[in-house]
Amino acid sequence: MSSSRLEILNDGGLRHDARRPYELRSTSFELSTHPSAEGSSTVTQGLTTVQVSIFGPREPRQRSNASHDRAILSVEVGVVPWAQGAGGKRVRGDKRLQEIGASIRQTFEPVIMTHLYPRSEIAIDVQVLSADGGILPTSINAVTLALISAGISLLDYVTSISIGLHLTQPLLDLSQPEESDLPNMVVASLPTSGKITLAQMETRLHVDRFEEMLNLGVEACKVLKNEMELVVKDKTRKIVDRMEIKSGAAMIVDE
Amino acid sequence: MVREIDPPTIQKDFLLAALAEGKRLDGRIPLEQRKVEYIFGEELGTVECRLGKTAVLAQVSASIVKPRDDRPYEGFLLINSEIGPMASSVYESGRSSDSEILITRLLEKSIRRTEAIDREALCILAGEKVWQLRLTLHFLSDSGNLLDCASMASMAALRHFRKPEVEVIGDEVIIHSPEERAPVPLAIHHTPLCLTFAYFENLPPILDPTHLETTLCSGTLTVTMNAQREICVLSKAGGTPLAAEEIMGVVTVGVERVREMVKGIEEALDTDKEGRVVEVR
Repeated sequence: MSSSRLEILNDGGLRHDARRPYELRSTSFELSTHPSAEGSSTVTQGLTTVQVSIFGPREPRQRSNASHDRAILSVEVGVVPWAQGAGGKRVRGDKRLQEIGASIRQTFEPVIMTHLYPRSEIAIDVQVLSADGGILPTSINAVTLALISAGISLLDYVTSISIGLHLTQPLLDLSQPEESDLPNMVVASLPTSGKITLAQMETRLHVDRFEEMLNLGVEACKVLKNEMELVVKDKTRKIVDRMEIKSGAAMIVDE
Repeated sequence: MVREIDPPTIQKDFLLAALAEGKRLDGRIPLEQRKVEYIFGEELGTVECRLGKTAVLAQVSASIVKPRDDRPYEGFLLINSEIGPMASSVYESGRSSDSEILITRLLEKSIRRTEAIDREALCILAGEKVWQLRLTLHFLSDSGNLLDCASMASMAALRHFRKPEVEVIGDEVIIHSPEERAPVPLAIHHTPLCLTFAYFENLPPILDPTHLETTLCSGTLTVTMNAQREICVLSKAGGTPLAAEEIMGVVTVGVERVREMVKGIEEALDTDKEGRVVEVR
């Protein structure tokens, strides 16, 4: 499998992009990045950028899909043509993208309090703007933030991370070259309870190593949640401040 | 996709009440698989696998093609797995639903991406001729857990299949017909098999869910493992959140179960071999 000349972990214990094994890539979380969607977010982890827009809760586009006692989720995943160089051009309706969409939908169905929005649809549009490994975990993180920004009731944050294994050393948050070289898995968890909603692995791995990676992933998800919460609180504070200024100004006019 | 009618509440309550007592509607215990049966066809590489009332027919065929330019030493393994209306009326031909995609993708991942078949052993003449294996799956009836049944059928068919012997003299390739020389089995690294578990709220997981159990469960988890204690694919997409220990518990069960299943396949293959004449010489 290791056909490339990439040195996964050098003698100094650093990865090819000079990270330590448990170090995450630089992340940035932005809320409300789409002008017309109810909620949106842009999440960047390293060189992977994903934008998510939430439309709804609204009347379902296809009436026949509606459910009388809860909201349904519809997820569209798209990858812009320039996201990953010339090699991997993906069209809409690609099986892999459909699978990512289905994973996102199934991950969020038990987390969104769908019973609060009966007979409606929540449309989640995921656009991968640049891809450098970890499309699925970054998308899940972005969907969580977008749902929060749309004000949709969630049980908890859902955070996600990819974990790889080099010999016996687990690595967190893989980049594209690492992802194609190492056995890896994606974990999404609810950080408060530490429970796992999504676990996906596509490469061979011994059972004994698996548990270690799983636990590490859950820990990493908690770290990510703290980062995301900071951004959400900061954003909320700004909105509250603005409201106060406005109402303060109104009072002055009244006098 | 045609929407199925939800099972009646009374049936749901009955199933959940039975599960709470550790019983299932068909009399199995929670971690018991339905009876597995292999029916070998006339030709080598044709196997029908039955898992209770679920049935999948797998056929393997081989042809000689030109390899890809960037991989001159590698043969091909193609997997055709379209679920048609024969399996169940909810499946439409030509259009694939989410669950269908999940099944075909998982099969593809567990057989192709885990390198179950040594593709370099399919090379006849580098850059010129390689074997192209085609694994065609016919989903005959869906009574739940198509995926596990399909993976068993596929692996049994691949292990049952034999490709014609070829001889290379210089640049010339001679393909010996099965009447002339005994065909050779494929080089298989390991036998990955899928195991699907279904979860219900506050209840222990059950193995090999039936159709009704799948519709009512709150989530499923599929592990693909081999007899060497390796996890090849693990897929838990959504559903009830589980603690890490619960996932590990399922995996531990899987280790034992897969070993038994591989043994089952090997026994069935041996029985078939006794009643079959392959050798000519």
